[in-house]
Amino acid sequence: MDIPNLVGAGLIVIGGGLGLGKIGGSAMEAIARQPEAAGKIQTAMIIIGALLEGLAFGALILGK
Amino acid sequence: MGAQSLTKFIATIAIAIFSVTTFASTGNTENPTQHDAHSGHNHNDHKSTEDHRSNSHAVASHGGEIDTKEEIQSYSEHHLADSHDFGLFSYGKKERHHVGFSLPVIVWTTKGLRIFSSSKFHYNDNGNTIVDANGVQLVKIHSKIYELDNAAKAVAFDAEHHPTNAYKVWDFSITKSVLGMIIAGLLMLLAFGSLAKSYKKGPIPTGSGRFLEPLVLFVRDEIARPNIGENKYKKFMPFLLTVFFFIWILNLLGLTPLGFNVTGNIAVTVCLALFTFVLVQINGNKDYWKHIFWMPGVPVPMKILLMPIEVLGMFTKPFSLLVRLFANITAGHAVVMGLIAVAYTARETLGVAGGFGVSFLLTLFISLIELLVAFLQAFIFTMLSSLFIGMAVEEHDHGHAHDAEVHGAEDNSVV
Repeated sequence: MDIPNLVGAGLIVIGGGLGLGKIGGSAMEAIARQPEAAGKIQTAMIIIGALLEGLAFGALILGK
Repeated sequence: MGAQSLTKFIATIAIAIFSVTTFASTGNTENPTQHDAHSGHNHNDHKSTEDHRSNSHAVASHGGEIDTKEEIQSYSEHHLADSHDFGLFSYGKKERHHVGFSLPVIVWTTKGLRIFSSSKFHYNDNGNTIVDANGVQLVKIHSKIYELDNAAKAVAFDAEHHPTNAYKVWDFSITKSVLGMIIAGLLMLLAFGSLAKSYKKGPIPTGSGRFLEPLVLFVRDEIARPNIGENKYKKFMPFLLTVFFFIWILNLLGLTPLGFNVTGNIAVTVCLALFTFVLVQINGNKDYWKHIFWMPGVPVPMKILLMPIEVLGMFTKPFSLLVRLFANITAGHAVVMGLIAVAYTARETLGVAGGFGVSFLLTLFISLIELLVAFLQAFIFTMLSSLFIGMAVEEHDHGHAHDAEVHGAEDNSVV
């Protein structure tokens, strides 16, 4: 029950979740505006998602 | 016999040897200190005996039952680490039988090269078994091989459970991860060899190459061409293809119950990121270096300020590549193993069948996500590598926002 560790992990997850949610939200809006560009938008969304996850995971690994 | 049938032959022999020796050679753990007799687990294999996170030495027999929280933790740690033998599972309550075969240990000690089978360690992982290899005493602690001082009889540990009278050796052994990489390499040789050969008969591939061709085209059209440019991508296609399929196959291997964890090994990801780093530096043209050390188009104080940041960026980009791959895969494996352990911790509250059912469903869903992650991480690694290579070989057209002096001086580098 390492409280500082858990609090830190929670903060990392909050940051990652916020970032991914923002990316997903704007990707949804963009697809809604222009359905024919859905493929490209999806690819870009996944790329940025992986970058953000890399950041979150890196922080998790470095922190613990 | 062409090269491709030779590879097929080698692969068949390897699979045959693997199947036979795995079940033919069993080993027993020495010094079996016993634990409570609960139902043995038939899933994965033995674990390390020392778990120095908890102060109490939870000394179970190597490959023993897992019951308490420390044992579950050490079981997870053992499966995330590399191991010198290929064990499938172990069983038995009184004496632990291990099913699997031992891989060769190749070490370079202070007295020279020593090669022997890792079965001499008798699955001991805490330094108790001393192997005498032609005058050198070797012990294995936490999957790492140490050389014991000549005069010492036993390993002495300090407060943090590190050995004080044993030193690390250069370990070139064929460990489980190395075996996984060899398997992935053989698979790739087989699959792509057959694809390349089938092109001799015509433009449409036949045989198993048929589902590889769209993947190769995917790497070329989505990853290489947009990022590196039309006239330079061909030089880097072999590297990108190799990295993509290598990482994908290794990630998928890690999902099997054979217990591989290759890309979750920091050494493997460091090497892969190092390849990208070296490629980028070697192929960087004058524009690339100029942008790092003397960024054109900004006033001089900013140039001085930007230089260390850019140099740092040169290193952090491959570093983020390796951390991303390592952390994603390791976290995935740790989650899967934690969910498998739920079957044991939920035994009291839900009963054996209930605990097993819950663990099974959760592990199933997580494994499906892990399938996606396996492909995604390979794709992201390849995409970012191609992005960095593209930045290095890019020819700038100096039409926009650059100084006039720079424009004039760099005329020779414009295509």
